[in-house]
Amino acid sequence: MEPIIAIPSAKSLKRQEKEEKNNKMLFGFWVYIMTDCVLFASLFATYAVLHNNVYNGPGGAQIFKLPYVLGETLLLLTSSFSCGLATISLQNRSKRKVISYFILTFILGLGFIVMELNEFHNLVLAHESWRRSGFLSAYFTLVGTHGLHVIVGLIWMAVMITRVSISGLTNNIVRRLKMLAIFWHFLDVIWIFIFTIVYLLGALHL
Amino acid sequence: MSKLPLTINHDENKLKLSSYITGFGLSILFTISAYLLVINHAASRTVLIGLVIVFAICQFISQSFLFLHLGQENKPRWRLTIFAFMLGVVIIIVFGSLWIMHNLKYRMTIPQEIRYMKSQDNL
Repeated sequence: MEPIIAIPSAKSLKRQEKEEKNNKMLFGFWVYIMTDCVLFASLFATYAVLHNNVYNGPGGAQIFKLPYVLGETLLLLTSSFSCGLATISLQNRSKRKVISYFILTFILGLGFIVMELNEFHNLVLAHESWRRSGFLSAYFTLVGTHGLHVIVGLIWMAVMITRVSISGLTNNIVRRLKMLAIFWHFLDVIWIFIFTIVYLLGALHL
Repeated sequence: MSKLPLTINHDENKLKLSSYITGFGLSILFTISAYLLVINHAASRTVLIGLVIVFAICQFISQSFLFLHLGQENKPRWRLTIFAFMLGVVIIIVFGSLWIMHNLKYRMTIPQEIRYMKSQDNL
């Protein structure tokens, strides 16, 4: 009896190759995200060590405005959710929905970063900049590094929105959008800890 | 054709809208309740600190699984493995730093500290 061997067509082989390449690149990006978590961990450790060294300056409880920070948090959280909705529409290959959800994510993220820069601006105007004390140096470094990541994410998002609207959902673009979504969710995860450790525990004088 | 060991397939496990909605709802719930507890000083300080940290960890877990889709890949779970390794490194860095710096502060006498601060002021 003749053995039955399924010979995959050239087209399906090529597709499988493409898929495996995509998966490897997404995995590589995931590894980058994990190392970025380690970077943030070292900044959190610095903050935890220095947060009581106020050097006769203000402590967290005096300078943090919790309702304002809650507003920032909700903006970033909602943008993470709308980024998730964009990922869903990516799966259904619906170009119009992908673009509109990413534009929504972009606007919410922009709102977050504008609020944060305004907060920094007010602190510097009140002579409570990073030069004031060890606590403020650690605070600006930690929250500023997160903000810098958000700015990079926003630039990346703007570029990707333009590319999708010009060339549509090609293989490369879909892969990059998936990476962007991972990056954006990761920024929201880091913010949970900034909100809790810096702001909420700071207000409790820990 | 043999499968490569590194298969992290997103499309095989379809992402669901419900997981994003649940994750969003849970995150809002944990954020708002932690915020309200702190604003209203709803309990003693120690209890509040514990609760706020527990809420943060719950939110972290729900976002990792529902937004970042941790653990939804096929075996071997390389993403989960590297995530666990990251957690280990993070715990060593954070608690190690706190431990060492606390020890240093404990061993430094108050006159030493004052002398050090004065020497810094005269610079």
